[in-house]
Amino acid sequence: MARAASSSSGKPKRAPSKKPAAEPAANTREGGEKFALRSLQESFEKDRRFPADEAQLLHFYEQMLLIRRFEEKAGQLYGLGLIGGFCHLYIGQEAVAVGLQSALEEGKDSVITGYRDHGHMLAYGIDPKIIMAELTGRHAGISKGKGGSMHMFSTEHAFYGGHGIVGAQVPLGGGLALAHQYRDDGGLCLVYFGDGAANQGQVYETFNMASLWKLPIVFAVENNQYAMGTSVKRSSAETEFYRRGTAFRIPGMKADGMDVLQVHRAGEIAFDYVRGGNGPVLIELSTYRYRGHSMSDPAKYRTREEVQEVREHHDPIEGIKADLLKAGVAEEKLKDIDKQIRATVAAAADFAESSPEPEPAELYTDVLVGSY
Amino acid sequence: MAIELKMPALSPTMEEGTLAKWLVKEGDQVSAGDVLAEIETDKATMEFESIDEGTVGKILVPEGAEGVKVGTVIAVLAGEGEDASAVTPAPSPAPTAEAPAEQQKAAESEAPKSPAPSGTEKLAAKAQPAADPEVPAGTNMIKLSVREALRDAMAEEMRLDERVFVMGEEVAEYQGAYKVTQGLLEEFGPRRVIDTPITEYGFAGIGTGAAMGGLRPIVEFMTFNFAMQAIDHVVNSAAKTNYMSGGQMRIPIVFRGPNGAASRVAAQHSQNYAPWYASVPGLIVIAPYDASDAKGLLKAAIRCDDPVVFLENELVYGRTFEVAQLDDHVLPIGKARIVREGSDVTIVSYSIAVGLALEAAETLAGEGISAEVIDLRTLRPLDREAILTSLAKTNRLIIAEEGWPTCSIASEVTAICMEDGFDLLDAPVLRVCNEDVPLPYAANLEHLALIDAGRIAEAARKVCYRQG
Repeated sequence: MARAASSSSGKPKRAPSKKPAAEPAANTREGGEKFALRSLQESFEKDRRFPADEAQLLHFYEQMLLIRRFEEKAGQLYGLGLIGGFCHLYIGQEAVAVGLQSALEEGKDSVITGYRDHGHMLAYGIDPKIIMAELTGRHAGISKGKGGSMHMFSTEHAFYGGHGIVGAQVPLGGGLALAHQYRDDGGLCLVYFGDGAANQGQVYETFNMASLWKLPIVFAVENNQYAMGTSVKRSSAETEFYRRGTAFRIPGMKADGMDVLQVHRAGEIAFDYVRGGNGPVLIELSTYRYRGHSMSDPAKYRTREEVQEVREHHDPIEGIKADLLKAGVAEEKLKDIDKQIRATVAAAADFAESSPEPEPAELYTDVLVGSY
Repeated sequence: MAIELKMPALSPTMEEGTLAKWLVKEGDQVSAGDVLAEIETDKATMEFESIDEGTVGKILVPEGAEGVKVGTVIAVLAGEGEDASAVTPAPSPAPTAEAPAEQQKAAESEAPKSPAPSGTEKLAAKAQPAADPEVPAGTNMIKLSVREALRDAMAEEMRLDERVFVMGEEVAEYQGAYKVTQGLLEEFGPRRVIDTPITEYGFAGIGTGAAMGGLRPIVEFMTFNFAMQAIDHVVNSAAKTNYMSGGQMRIPIVFRGPNGAASRVAAQHSQNYAPWYASVPGLIVIAPYDASDAKGLLKAAIRCDDPVVFLENELVYGRTFEVAQLDDHVLPIGKARIVREGSDVTIVSYSIAVGLALEAAETLAGEGISAEVIDLRTLRPLDREAILTSLAKTNRLIIAEEGWPTCSIASEVTAICMEDGFDLLDAPVLRVCNEDVPLPYAANLEHLALIDAGRIAEAARKVCYRQG
């Protein structure tokens, strides 16, 4: 918290309260040119995959499958006209939200993301019914039907949205991290944004302050290769997003965002470092979205073969399924899980279709908290 | 030839200052760059350097003199070969009336030697608002500048609530670019008084996020002109999130700073954003005029669970007003205040234009026109009832606003009068605003662009069908 710059030493007036986790001395200003931004990646590369036990593997599998089936159903309901407006599906990216959020400390940490937010909420264990009901614009929806796909929140789960303006969640996440630091509650903020948002100026404004003030924040770039219809190569001068914090002395990490065990492991390392009072970490998760940017995007900017290649060889759910089978879990058991999840999603869809729309009087509620 | 040293203008709005300390004495040799004196403005203590070489002759304004007008000769400097003890200030130019007619004519065709007075000089007002009926009769009153009132409001709320903190550019170690946060760092420390880099979009977002996370941030914009970089977070993140979340997400934040025309800083630094923010549902917009309202409403804003845009005015920071000496001077949001009672015409106003409206009312009183002046104070939600009640009494209404006329608060008040007060009107509603141009730099053009008391009085006469 070196807000009050001291003129003599340049050192923070107040030292971080806890001992740093990994090679802090090499990563401070005093380290001059020797500061090591690669130290986290190096420890990650020593052991890339989280050694999950069978129960943990099953849990990851279930969560990812729930997101996949939920999003498929949402796509279907959109086609039927039950969901309107913009609807951005998370299919293909499931390992990112599940891997990172499972490494957080529930009740302590906070999460914020952009408009492609259904998966992050499901990964947090939020009831699929009220998420689906929000998508169909019903009163039982998590935002009483007033937010829709892009604007969902659950203060109960410390899930702070769900933000429709590309990149806006990054400084907002900085503020959540500031609140953790201010209260000294030991929590951190995990902020997700995409490769598209990574080119917004406010992201770098936040990098600067987060590093300067050593905020407890992890920046997770979900690089799904396309900013709407513009590929990373066509939009970004530096396509290795994990390097983009270097100018702000933010250590970068890169993990395979299609492997939930890698994502979880990278998350553990990053969170541990941040909890040590060392300031932010930037993780790039290389991933892929199977569907268009939103439901109305025909995705003509890439070939069918490209999508097919990822589906066949890198699918995060197929990957974990292979791990489970290798661990000796019976295929029947996985089929049962799939069946249960289909039932859960069908029930959510029924609920979302049958529950009533908000009362007209809701138009005027929640504009302001107070009466004036 | 003796060189006159004049009281310098050390900021765009400085009109006078205190000669805090002489660092030289009569007879001293000085060279260019030597510090001659320390001069205190309402914002800072500045060093006054010599730009010439010479010997200090007569010191004309003693140390400690207050209210020394800009341009006053404060000392004379003797040049080489001159007798320092003998030099005196040059006599003031002979009155033009004595000059031969031809010479005078020649002088008129020349460019003026010194520029015309700044347009903002005419925004000055001496008339005081009537006592606030919210303050119980018999309450002890103290004189306080608007600047001090705002600082006191923040300090009091920070003492009461640990969640309240201030962030912005130069708010801590520099003590505030306009000295509004003076002393806060010393009392509350760097955890609660946070200097930010120059990064409005970023820290407006961080402030909003901190409010989402349960804190109560006060985000200072050095001026609201720079908040345009941040307006996305004010509007999209702060104003709309409670609604979009079905009432789950509270954003108790105050965005505050000076708004409106400053002096001679031209178009990019001189704009009134009140109509912009006041058009956004989900925001509270407050624009106080006097110190009492500044304090009472800023305290209310900090306690408010909704996001508040709190528009101050640089030219008003130094004005002093009576403020009730109460333990907890909190005023209601959303309530206008009658700052002068009258019966013939209503002048609705807010912020710096309230002073001008009061001046105009004073002039009109001398002509037998009794003007009621309403300070809106809160621009969203607007106190429609106060406007219509006054209109019912006077049947004539004008709006005075230091800002552009198009899509203005004045336009909104006009619409209210049309929609709900049509039958009460004996004359059309008139808007008295700045000219509909970007604010120019040149003093004479700035002067032409801005609202003044004369224009307000003229509009009042017009709706009263009286000749000026």
